[in-house]
Amino acid sequence: MTIGNFGHLSVIVSFVTALVATFAYYKATTLKANALEAQTWKSFARKAYYVHAAAIVSVVITLFTIICTHRFDYYYAWDNSSLSSPVQYLISCFWRGQEGSFLLWMLWQALLGLLLIRLNRFSDAKTSSENIAWEAPVMTVYVLVQVFLTSMILGVVIPGLDFKIGSTPFLTLREAMPNAAFLQMNPDFIPKDGQGLNPLLQNYWMVIHPPTLFMGFALACVPFAYLMAGLWQKKFTEWLRPALPWALVAGVVLGTGILMGGYWAYETLSFNSYWSWDPVENAVYVPWLVLIAAFHTMLIAKKNAAALKASIILIIAQFVLLLYSTFLARSGILGNASVHSFTDLGLSGQLLIYLFTFIGVSVLVSARSWKFLPVDKDEVSPYSREFWLFMGATVLCLASFQVLLPTSIPVWNKIVEGFGGVSNLAPPTDAASYYSKFQLWFFAVVTILTGVGQYFWWKRVQKGKMQDLLTPAWIALFISAIVIAFAKVNKPEYMVLLTASVFALVANATIIFGILRGNYRLSGGAVTHIGVAMMLIGILFSSGYQKTISLNNSGLAIFNDESFQKNDNKENKENVLLWLSQPTRMGEYMLTYRGPRIEIRDVPQYVPRPWVELIEGDFHAVCLQDIETGGKVYHKKGDTVAVYPENVYYEVEYREPSGQIVTLYPRVQTNKTMGTVVSPDIKKEANKDLFSFVSMVPNNPDEEEWGKTEQHRVAIQDTFFINDYVAVLESVGRTEQVEGVKLTNNDIAVQANIRILDREREYVVSPTFAINQDRMVLRKPEVNDALGLRIQFFEIDPKTGQFTFTTNSKQRDYIVLKVVEKPLINLLWLGTLVLIVGFTMAVVRRFRDFTNQRAKGVA
Amino acid sequence: MKITHIIALIVIAVAVGIIVSTAGDASTYVTFNEAEVMAKDGDGKSIHVVGKLKKDPAGQILGMAYNPVIDANRFEFLLIDNNNREQKVVYSNPKPQDFDKSEQVVVIGQMQGNYFQCEKILMKCPSKYENGKFEVKEATAKKV
Repeated sequence: MTIGNFGHLSVIVSFVTALVATFAYYKATTLKANALEAQTWKSFARKAYYVHAAAIVSVVITLFTIICTHRFDYYYAWDNSSLSSPVQYLISCFWRGQEGSFLLWMLWQALLGLLLIRLNRFSDAKTSSENIAWEAPVMTVYVLVQVFLTSMILGVVIPGLDFKIGSTPFLTLREAMPNAAFLQMNPDFIPKDGQGLNPLLQNYWMVIHPPTLFMGFALACVPFAYLMAGLWQKKFTEWLRPALPWALVAGVVLGTGILMGGYWAYETLSFNSYWSWDPVENAVYVPWLVLIAAFHTMLIAKKNAAALKASIILIIAQFVLLLYSTFLARSGILGNASVHSFTDLGLSGQLLIYLFTFIGVSVLVSARSWKFLPVDKDEVSPYSREFWLFMGATVLCLASFQVLLPTSIPVWNKIVEGFGGVSNLAPPTDAASYYSKFQLWFFAVVTILTGVGQYFWWKRVQKGKMQDLLTPAWIALFISAIVIAFAKVNKPEYMVLLTASVFALVANATIIFGILRGNYRLSGGAVTHIGVAMMLIGILFSSGYQKTISLNNSGLAIFNDESFQKNDNKENKENVLLWLSQPTRMGEYMLTYRGPRIEIRDVPQYVPRPWVELIEGDFHAVCLQDIETGGKVYHKKGDTVAVYPENVYYEVEYREPSGQIVTLYPRVQTNKTMGTVVSPDIKKEANKDLFSFVSMVPNNPDEEEWGKTEQHRVAIQDTFFINDYVAVLESVGRTEQVEGVKLTNNDIAVQANIRILDREREYVVSPTFAINQDRMVLRKPEVNDALGLRIQFFEIDPKTGQFTFTTNSKQRDYIVLKVVEKPLINLLWLGTLVLIVGFTMAVVRRFRDFTNQRAKGVA
Repeated sequence: MKITHIIALIVIAVAVGIIVSTAGDASTYVTFNEAEVMAKDGDGKSIHVVGKLKKDPAGQILGMAYNPVIDANRFEFLLIDNNNREQKVVYSNPKPQDFDKSEQVVVIGQMQGNYFQCEKILMKCPSKYENGKFEVKEATAKKV
């Protein structure tokens, strides 16, 4: 049996066992009357599930083995990995393809399932199975989701019907591409190397971002399973306690995953932002907000029927929205609207079926239970904690709704087309400013509510005692006023957001230190809210007050048409041209472009690009000289070294007013699948980031052609012009050494020193002229890249004492650089950490709550 | 009226507001002719125009101008829309990488006099490995 067959077999086993486990759990749930039989079904279901989990692990190991052993006869390995992928990034090759990322989701789901069984086993055993037996109903729902997931990689075509169920990652090349020309010529052909992982993904964030995100996906399924089980078993409020810690964990993990993606984008892409409101990003952001709203209402759902109903709707919504985001990202429906490239596997139909199945089932189950749900006797008072939590959840939902709608425009177009209509709606052109102008207000309200809500939650405020809130409000106003004045915050909406965030900081901090007295067990909520407020302030300043500092002052007078003059000529003048080795002033910095650099895998520093010659179609290069950096010789001339051929780094020196020099290496990557990708290099300071990226590079300075030859006949100390530069022939003298040439005793070598004046500095170019005893002449040209000149010592005329030089010129090497200053961005990252810490504190508290109750046999 | 009702009303109002504003703020796919009409009517909204680059029979792109030495932030090219109308497009940013390789181009912006001022370019480049499939690339004129 081939390894691929084994993998495929494991997939089928995992699918079948998931089906069996679902059915057995279903039986165990419904056979309540007959406890013994139910028990038998349950233990059978458990065994089926263990086999299922083992099969999933086996699928993962098999696929990983295929990738790690470079089995390029398999399509997945060929398509997603290559020999050049460094070992640490082979793991990212695993989830680069759609099947692999589904598999990642399944793996988490399978492992979490084991944990779920284990946790519920205690509670099932300790309490009478009649009363609270969560395992069977919860696992019925949970494994059903897993059935759908495993079917996504089943790769079975139903004969007769032209319908493919899932797409397997274990296809051989021949099965995957039966029409490929190279396979028709030789069916047994096995490529020597694969297509390779997109080099953009060769980044440590890409190793941990997808697993975190998919773990969040899997976790979000758990509260949904508890809810469905609860409604099914008519335990309309009991599901809340065990589901709550899961909802919180899902929130923190999903949020962390999303923010990791944002940080990766910030570091790697020149989108200039950590969040670009791309549909694929939005698609996960929406369910995350809903999930957060959901666990807020769950906190009060036990006592408040309206909150219970809201929790039911929101838990269903967040799960369905996650499925919807999967559909958006993987069906290819976004097409032009997203820059995330996902190949369409033809599974959109299948995804739609799942989406509608889960919508249908959950709506049906909740509709059936609706009339059994408790009803509130009194109207909720605005002086209660329930009221304010509810408000917060509502605003979060509105915020997510606002993002959901424009993100779904491509879907809307498809629906209209499906009914024969024509819809030419396109997503908003400037996504960032479009979404921000709405989200800003929602979040201003949400942050205020976090403060108010915490006050009400801890009973600080009672009816008629609203003045308790006045103290933090006054403090917040006072601090904000100072910040607004000193930081020159000039837009009203920014003032509002800033004040709201400061209020949240003050109010939540007061709660922690004033009421909870630093009790870390109870402070989770307040800490998380402080994190949110910090993030918002960071976002406000880093995005709202980011400043382009690479202003092109020289170009102002060149174009006078309207588009260049509007906005004070500033709008479109945001790039600066840097000539090689020629310092250029930018703001308070002096910038010098030092030339292109390349990364050799075992050399810690980047080395100049001309030091090596790349081997075409390989990831190795030959050293053209000794590789020496930092006083250590790493390789000798002529050695073959492993490099990252796709990346070129442009060394740019920043000289600060203090004289300190910082060197940045913005990167340009020639990416096989995406073309040219520009990545920034970021100069991090405590209060701001300098985000620099190359916005334009000349094609390749080595390939650039030399212009026509000019001849200059000059005597010593003559002044002449080479391509508009003033040049002086300083001296001509005998030399004993000519680089790259071995001189014998009878050879005569003469070196000329020509001084060339550039605008700000001068260069000396020293071409040599050598003659040997056979009157063979060697004219070694000298190239100066900074000037774009090549000078050859052509002739010596002993009679007149004149020397002839030939010169060629070419375009000087340059880059176009854009530098954006992002103030206070560290506050965003710091806030993120605080948020994660606070969230985790809340998880610990609620989980402890759950286990305590379980021990008492109540949960 | 109970306070919950007031709040429910506010929520509904905001939701309706969101729907209306989404419909209103959404851009549209149009042709250059329609774009011109919109510009004449004083409608300054950004719109999408889908088109192809003008090429000679040898596949060389015609009418493209970019000279970073004079001005790194001005790039001009000719785009032929689906109605075969040829139009000068001005992009006030460096020329996007791989522009030369793109087959289909979506420009986002508005007509200004005799040219189309574009803020964002979406390019579809033929992908080397997947026959018939396109990769979408994006270039944006950032407003900072």
